[in-house]
Amino acid sequence: MQLIGFLSRRAFQAIFVLLGLSILIFVIARVLPGDPARTALGARAPQWVVDRLREDMHLNDPMHVQYFYWLTDAVQGDFGISLVTRRNVADDVKEFFPASLELVLFAGLITAVAGIGLGTLSARHKDKWIDNAVRIFSYAGVVTPSFVFAILFLLLFGLVLDWFPTIGRLSQDVPRPPTITGMMTIDALLAGQLATFWDALKHLILPALALAMGSMAQEARLTRATMSDNLTKDYIANKRALGVPERKVTGRFLLKVSLIPTVSIFGLDFAASLSNAFLVELIFVWPGISRYGVNAMLRKDLNAISAVILILGITFITVNIIVDLVVRGLDPRIRLRSARSD
Amino acid sequence: MSTPRLLEIKDLRVEFKVYGGVLKVLDGVNFSVNAGEKVGLVGETGCGKTTTMKAILRILPIPPARIAGGEIFFKGQDILRMRKRDLSKVRGSGISMIFQDPTAALNPVFTIGEQLGAVVQHARPENRRLSKRKIRDKAIIPLKEVALADPERLLDSYPIQLSGGMRQRVCIGMALATDPELLIADEPGTSLDVTIQDQVLRLLRVLVEEKGTSVILITHTLGVVRETTDRVYVMYAGNMVEEAHTRKLFAEPLHPYTQGLMQAVPKLTGGGIAEGIPGRIPSYLDPPPGCRFHTRCPRVMDICRRQKPPFFKVDEEHQVACFLYDQNHDRHKEETATL
Amino acid sequence: MAQQVNVEGFASTMTRQQVRELQRKNRRENLGRAWYKFSRNPLSTIGGTTVVVVVLLAIFAPFVAPYPEHAKPFTDFANASRPPSWEYPFGTDEIGRDILSRVIFGFRFSLSMGIVVLVIVVPVGVLLGLIAGYYQGTWIDTTVMRITDIFLAVPPLILALAIASVLEPNLFHSMIAITLMWWPWYTRLVYGLASAQRNEFYVASAETTGAGTPHILFREILPNMVSPIFTKISLDMGWVIIIGSMLSFVGLGVQPPRPGLGTMVASGAKYLPDQWWIAIFPALGIVVVVLGFNLLGDGLRDLFAAEEA
Repeated sequence: MQLIGFLSRRAFQAIFVLLGLSILIFVIARVLPGDPARTALGARAPQWVVDRLREDMHLNDPMHVQYFYWLTDAVQGDFGISLVTRRNVADDVKEFFPASLELVLFAGLITAVAGIGLGTLSARHKDKWIDNAVRIFSYAGVVTPSFVFAILFLLLFGLVLDWFPTIGRLSQDVPRPPTITGMMTIDALLAGQLATFWDALKHLILPALALAMGSMAQEARLTRATMSDNLTKDYIANKRALGVPERKVTGRFLLKVSLIPTVSIFGLDFAASLSNAFLVELIFVWPGISRYGVNAMLRKDLNAISAVILILGITFITVNIIVDLVVRGLDPRIRLRSARSD
Repeated sequence: MSTPRLLEIKDLRVEFKVYGGVLKVLDGVNFSVNAGEKVGLVGETGCGKTTTMKAILRILPIPPARIAGGEIFFKGQDILRMRKRDLSKVRGSGISMIFQDPTAALNPVFTIGEQLGAVVQHARPENRRLSKRKIRDKAIIPLKEVALADPERLLDSYPIQLSGGMRQRVCIGMALATDPELLIADEPGTSLDVTIQDQVLRLLRVLVEEKGTSVILITHTLGVVRETTDRVYVMYAGNMVEEAHTRKLFAEPLHPYTQGLMQAVPKLTGGGIAEGIPGRIPSYLDPPPGCRFHTRCPRVMDICRRQKPPFFKVDEEHQVACFLYDQNHDRHKEETATL
Repeated sequence: MAQQVNVEGFASTMTRQQVRELQRKNRRENLGRAWYKFSRNPLSTIGGTTVVVVVLLAIFAPFVAPYPEHAKPFTDFANASRPPSWEYPFGTDEIGRDILSRVIFGFRFSLSMGIVVLVIVVPVGVLLGLIAGYYQGTWIDTTVMRITDIFLAVPPLILALAIASVLEPNLFHSMIAITLMWWPWYTRLVYGLASAQRNEFYVASAETTGAGTPHILFREILPNMVSPIFTKISLDMGWVIIIGSMLSFVGLGVQPPRPGLGTMVASGAKYLPDQWWIAIFPALGIVVVVLGFNLLGDGLRDLFAAEEA
């Protein structure tokens, strides 16, 4: 019951935020650039063509009427035609989004596993060499922009050592898996094509790692800080004093309570990954929604820009709801508090 | 004193590294508990009682803490030099502890059942492989012992759902769940209001009486010490300053600090206000040389400023770390007078 | 039982001057403790030094850079794509410009980006957060915070990219784009702090003595959150510089031939791996600036934490 209440509240919030976001996007795409019809057609189009497009786009109506038309179309998934691909924007999104999702989810997996793992390692061996190594590593991770990592990995592991491919999602000579989820690795597994899966995974590793570095470092630092702080708490001393073995004290009682802040900031990490994807996809020629978005931006393709921002906004909001759910699961204090306020 | 010692601390020194230097918190503590004995430990807040107790179980946060020297024998084995595996046998079923603040001692994100269950599971080697159901059945017993209502439901509750008194009872139950030979009770009930504190102490007394557990009781309330314990240690600024049978100590406190403590208790008959001891505990960063109490002592002599007093045996059941009770007392006094 | 000695009775007999002196002594002691913590940590010192050096390099770029004219439209094909040497410590790029000089000038863009954005963002964000936190539970709170939520619903870089793209791509517009995206972070930080402080007794007592709202906001509540705000500013300098370099990298920030660090990395990336220095040194330039501000920010956080303890 509590959970349903929480979810419906969050869904309501999400709809409200998305509505606000749509206004923001509308302002960016329709109001800021001056004449969107002129922008869409380019400087050399004759005036009568521009006028006709203005009529078609309802640009001569008042602002709120325009917004209403735009929103009605957007809700139905109609963002118009893309200037870049000359196709329906919705179709483009359907094609490119899964590739980005695959990349970002894989990066998220690396972030969670490696970040928490390194942080725990560091806290357990506080002030030993391994701790110092992790701290230096995580500092480097935090201060280095993802595109620098991308270039370094591309240079080192891709070109110099030649361990991994550096372009696209799949090699030419590998059979493409049938499109089920649109995520190559998963589709290949579902279709039982192990060679394809392996090839797709090899393509995925470098860009995902470049995306994950910053968040991984951030998570490692946070985990280390909370863990070493919690290690001095009485409730840890209490379990030790009463004979609970060290393995269980740290592996169970310390870990769960220390994971709460780490999981809480995962939403922010995910935002960083989504942002960084814009550059990483560009560098690794990854045919995802972010690369599509950058190209749209460079050509002032307003329809495509709107769609990209909206879909990324929806993704981000969804991930945040999931993160909140996990935190609720970990922390009874939040569950009980919200139960009381209901 | 021919009975075997259950616990013996010899010359324990503990330091904390902090900003600006090293805090010499424990300055050669000597302390012992005999089997079946109930020992009281009194002293001001911050005098090192809890540090001593945490050192016994090796649960001091290291760093910043550091054991600078000394030995802690439990049934003849030195805890400080024990291997991890042997240590885990001592913790829990050997020595167990009730923490000062029950709220801080309970992990906020685990149910009482999960926490108590882990303690029960590792209290006895034969419990290790019990099913969850069996562990749960065993975990209910201590909750019943500490007279908590509805223990079934309690096992599925989180600490935040309990009142302060209930948390304290849970902590006592948890400490007794291991059926320890020695129980350390660090100011049980201090954070509770007086009536509940009284209930908790009464309960604790009954339980240890039943099981014949040895107890170290740390408290501020001298009345409780008088009623509950066989023997008392008085601690001041990281040193033991007096040790005596409870009856003797209350009848005739010897150390000027103990005398001050006793006078600080409001007397029902006297109707006066507590006199207390002027001044406060000295800084551990730069403790006064000699007797650490000399800065506040009303009967300070010259030697107190120079030399740390050893324990002087007044009789078989009473010793005190104060030069006033040295045989050469008169000579010290003369020295002081001539200065 | 009552071993604690009554200190209050003692304090009340002190004169006002003695109290003030005691306070001053305490503050000095706290500062000493903070400084001890800051200086004991070599990393904070390194961070502070790095920031100072970079700022000086940026200010005096025309005098420090070996070839200041290389930051402007300039070609020297005879010396194109030279590897690092004594003459060109960081090498030269594909049209013969000295990379070291361009990196030094690049610091100017990075720093001015960080400074301009934060100078606008911090007051606006803090003010909105203060007001929303103080009028907690009213329509003001709801309006401000819901708008903030909307801005926070999309990762800031993405919206900044979008805004920069519909405007003409240049440094100024990328500053505007980042500014528009950054204020909600301060609003949310300050809102959280302010709504906690709002229920403290000192606020209630200021209200009952009839202090005006501006006084309560700026003189009573704001001083209590100086340390988290300053820590965030120092860390954010690094973030804004990173975001700025990302915009430049994509082509929506500093435009060539001006030496934006991100722009230089992007154009140098084409010459990997053989002429690695063209991309790597500007990239290192970004890392060094951001590292400096991060170390400084962490040092500040420790310092403030020590002061509170």
